[in-house]
Amino acid sequence: MRKLLLFALVVFVGITFIVRLYYLQVYDSKNYDPLEDTAVRKVFTYPKRGYVYDRNGELLVANQPSYDVMVIPKEVEPLDTLEFCSLLKITKENFIKTFNKARNYSPRLPYVFLSNLAKDDYAVLQEKMRKYDGFYIQKRSIRTYRKTIGANVLGDIGEVNQVIINKDDYYNKGDLIGKQGVEKTYEKTLRGFKGTKFIQKDRFNRDIGAFEDGSNDATAQPGKNITITIDSKLQEYGELLMTNKRGGIVAIEPNSGEILAMISGPTYNPNLLVGRNRSKNFTKLYNDSLAQPLFDRGLQAMYPPGSPFKAINALIALQEGVVTPDDKFRCNLGFKYGNRRMGCHLHRSPANMNLGIYESCNAYFGNVYLKIMDKYDSRVDAMNNWSKHVKSFGLGNYLNNDLSVGQPGKIPNSSTYDRAYGKGKWYPTFSISNAIGQGEVLATPIQLANIAAAIGNRGYYYTPHIIKNIESDTIPSKFTKPKYTTIDKKHFEPVIHGMFDVYNKGTAKMLQVKGIEICGKTGTAENFAIIDGTKTQLTDHSIFVAFAPKDNPKIAIAVFIENGYFGSRFAGKMASLMIEKYLKDEISRTDLENFVLYHTLEHEYKKPYSGEPFKINRETTLETIPVEEYEALKYLKAKIDSK
Amino acid sequence: MIRENQRRFGFDWVTILIYILLVGFGYLNIISASHTGNITNYLDMSEPYGKQLVFMGLSVVLIILTLSVDAKFYERFASLIYIGAILALLGLFIFGKDVNGARSWYGIGRMTLQPSEFAKFATALAVAKYISDIQTNLKKIKDQLKAAVIIFLPALLILLQNDAGSTIVYTAFFFVFFREGLQQVYLILGFSLVILSVLSLKFGVRITALITVFMLILAYFLRSKKRASISQSLIILLVCTLFAFGIKQFYNHILKPHQQNRISLWLRLEKDPVKLELMKKREAYNLIQSEEAISSGGFWGKGFMEGTRTTGKFVPEQHTDYIFSTVGEEWGFLGSASVVILFIFLIIRLLILAERQKSQFSRVYGYGVASILFVHFTINTGMVMGLIPTVGIPLPFFSYGGSGLWGFTILLFIFIKLDSNKINEW
Repeated sequence: MRKLLLFALVVFVGITFIVRLYYLQVYDSKNYDPLEDTAVRKVFTYPKRGYVYDRNGELLVANQPSYDVMVIPKEVEPLDTLEFCSLLKITKENFIKTFNKARNYSPRLPYVFLSNLAKDDYAVLQEKMRKYDGFYIQKRSIRTYRKTIGANVLGDIGEVNQVIINKDDYYNKGDLIGKQGVEKTYEKTLRGFKGTKFIQKDRFNRDIGAFEDGSNDATAQPGKNITITIDSKLQEYGELLMTNKRGGIVAIEPNSGEILAMISGPTYNPNLLVGRNRSKNFTKLYNDSLAQPLFDRGLQAMYPPGSPFKAINALIALQEGVVTPDDKFRCNLGFKYGNRRMGCHLHRSPANMNLGIYESCNAYFGNVYLKIMDKYDSRVDAMNNWSKHVKSFGLGNYLNNDLSVGQPGKIPNSSTYDRAYGKGKWYPTFSISNAIGQGEVLATPIQLANIAAAIGNRGYYYTPHIIKNIESDTIPSKFTKPKYTTIDKKHFEPVIHGMFDVYNKGTAKMLQVKGIEICGKTGTAENFAIIDGTKTQLTDHSIFVAFAPKDNPKIAIAVFIENGYFGSRFAGKMASLMIEKYLKDEISRTDLENFVLYHTLEHEYKKPYSGEPFKINRETTLETIPVEEYEALKYLKAKIDSK
Repeated sequence: MIRENQRRFGFDWVTILIYILLVGFGYLNIISASHTGNITNYLDMSEPYGKQLVFMGLSVVLIILTLSVDAKFYERFASLIYIGAILALLGLFIFGKDVNGARSWYGIGRMTLQPSEFAKFATALAVAKYISDIQTNLKKIKDQLKAAVIIFLPALLILLQNDAGSTIVYTAFFFVFFREGLQQVYLILGFSLVILSVLSLKFGVRITALITVFMLILAYFLRSKKRASISQSLIILLVCTLFAFGIKQFYNHILKPHQQNRISLWLRLEKDPVKLELMKKREAYNLIQSEEAISSGGFWGKGFMEGTRTTGKFVPEQHTDYIFSTVGEEWGFLGSASVVILFIFLIIRLLILAERQKSQFSRVYGYGVASILFVHFTINTGMVMGLIPTVGIPLPFFSYGGSGLWGFTILLFIFIKLDSNKINEW
């Protein structure tokens, strides 16, 4: 017994220890991942984000270094605080406060002492940095916009939010991600792939070398450069024309669907959303609920398209064989249906298709619309047939393109009216406004531009898109395949001729550009605002849709100016100017240009908020901008030309 | 099991082999735990691994010396060696050097020497000498007291030098005394006191008293032959309650805060989550890091010099007292279980060898060696894997440190020498 006590104890201890080790090392550590060990730090190396070029190879978006002053409190030696503070342009109190914060965070870890140092300050500081132990400068990469245009096109990058982090494993807190525009839609192409490095750290969290000699590391793959379809000169010019106005311009190259320009007014300098002031500026833009600069009017604003839509109805009527180009309809300052009337203006009567289009005769199109609706015995079939034709032009649905925002617009079909009036309890006359692009029809400017492209192409279009080239990659095939409308090619000529005559002798006669055969269509859309609970009519939106030249068009464009009144007053002028700028690269119609630059619509936008009764349309007056401001715009214009 | 005739020079080569394995493996782990960056020179005297290599070299010299001395020398000069050790311990109060609050080192140039490491084998020799004395009878209180003085003297000196951990090692001699005839009642007494202490700290004096009452009633009914009288039982109850109360007072007022914390952590006494969080960062930091390092090793381990926590120096004092956590991390369950088995095998072999000794001196000494190694191993390894409250003593043969290595080497090899000589003893 005496001999056995220690012997038994030894065996007991041995077994206990082995069981304990088994528990710790085998049972308890089943889920242990060496790469998640607290002794290993995963750090990411961020690749260069791809550059963005315009269609002519001009660099639009690049990267720029940003400098942060970092501090490791423990390594800081006594320093000349006064000089240091004056270099950083901070107060001594500020210095002490930040330093204490850093020390409380951790005395041994790097802490951002001052972020986004100004470039000039950096240059000075860099020379003296060696004097300040414990402080160093860390370089980061942020975006820089080489031209102050296309904020809505290019977009911006910002810190990724938690929702995306939860959804996508790639992103970690603090990573940058495309937030709007091309930065958003081509995020995966531009960002590349970040690399991972596993670093062995010690118990003070300091790096002491690569973990397993870097065998688990992955190198970063740089982002690809992209070329977008935007013509930056045209974009710049369009933005200049849009000054002091609200609306959207979208220009498309019809034979490729490439978006040449995409202007939204008002816009902002994209550099506002870079660096230290990003969130402050973003909030400011975001909260501007009146001007809504972040709202891309070229893509997101759904308006009744107005008269340009008449071209579609003409095409449908020809396709359905309910009229010929020579069929005439009377117009007696309007059109009577049942006991109601749709007004029109004074012009020659009766009107054939050509006259109907270039004079934009409401009566003509009212009749045509009713003919389309009467073709079938069932008005349900007739309505759905009409709807199908309209939708084949890319209306009433998302274009499914590579822009970060968009709206489907609206094209009614039979169920729209079933819902509104009860099943079967509606008649073609109920929806007669559709004949002239009002009623239940809504479209975005980019959809209107796309209509112009489809008409110019005589029956097909390419999905409008922004990407032209991806470095060592191809663009998605959906952008290179034509989409055909339901209208046969032969039916386009009379309509196109009508649109050509809009410029020759119609509503846009004053907007002719020498040497360019432009086909266009003016438009006006009534619009309303709710003011103090009552629906109040505002000045009409000015709309213009065009393509040029008439044969083998190079540009199709839609211009939409909020409260600009009739189509040729603002939109038409701007469309002509854009077309001339793009095709000729110089402006002969300086009278149009001067008019557009000299006049502002800001007073129109203030009316609904003035709290006083106001005049609209015919009774409204044009307002000009101060001469100095005008001179400044002229100066900018000269700068664009000189490039 | 032990074939005498195959021994060269009469030495037990199996024990020597285990010794070599332990020291060698320990050295590998010290390299791992102490290196920073690439090792350019294995004899770099500014790094622990460099010094340890020198210590190991000197150990070889010590082994040769220890083995070449006549076996009879140790028995004859046991008292002198013991007195020398006591004097060395006393000298510390005058010439000693403070390291981490403990005054346990002599500084000789850049070297330090820790006499308490050598006092262990000296005490073992003295105990062996005293017990093997023909006049000593451990059943007698007087002789028990004398034996107690032999161990309490160095233990007390070491305690006064603020090295409580090393003091606890001297409890190892209880096993020796028990083997050599100490009454069973001491075993029961000692066991009861440990239980009482734990109960008192964990549940308080009142519940401890209640449990004592319950146990006494149980004993009354179970032991029908030798029943304790009511008055005897009451005295036992009183003594137990007083002891429980005393332990509580001892814990609250005499123990130093860091010692309180260690016990509190072990018995899970702290209930306040805020304080517990704080303890995890401070008092329990070593323990948690060490457990996590062992745990992260898994079954196979991360490989020599590949342990992330070891390389990152997450476990403070890893190359000394916490060396076993390096084994756990880098060599996994396979390696650490092997080390446990090696130690157990060594201790059991020593016990068997001791039992076979013909002279009582050799037997008692051998038993002393096994007991000391056992206590060291149990406390150190148990602490590193979180089974025993933190006590700062090294793992024999493994931990970094010259005095420790030399002390254990001499301790072991004196016995190997004594064992080799048993043929000559009749």
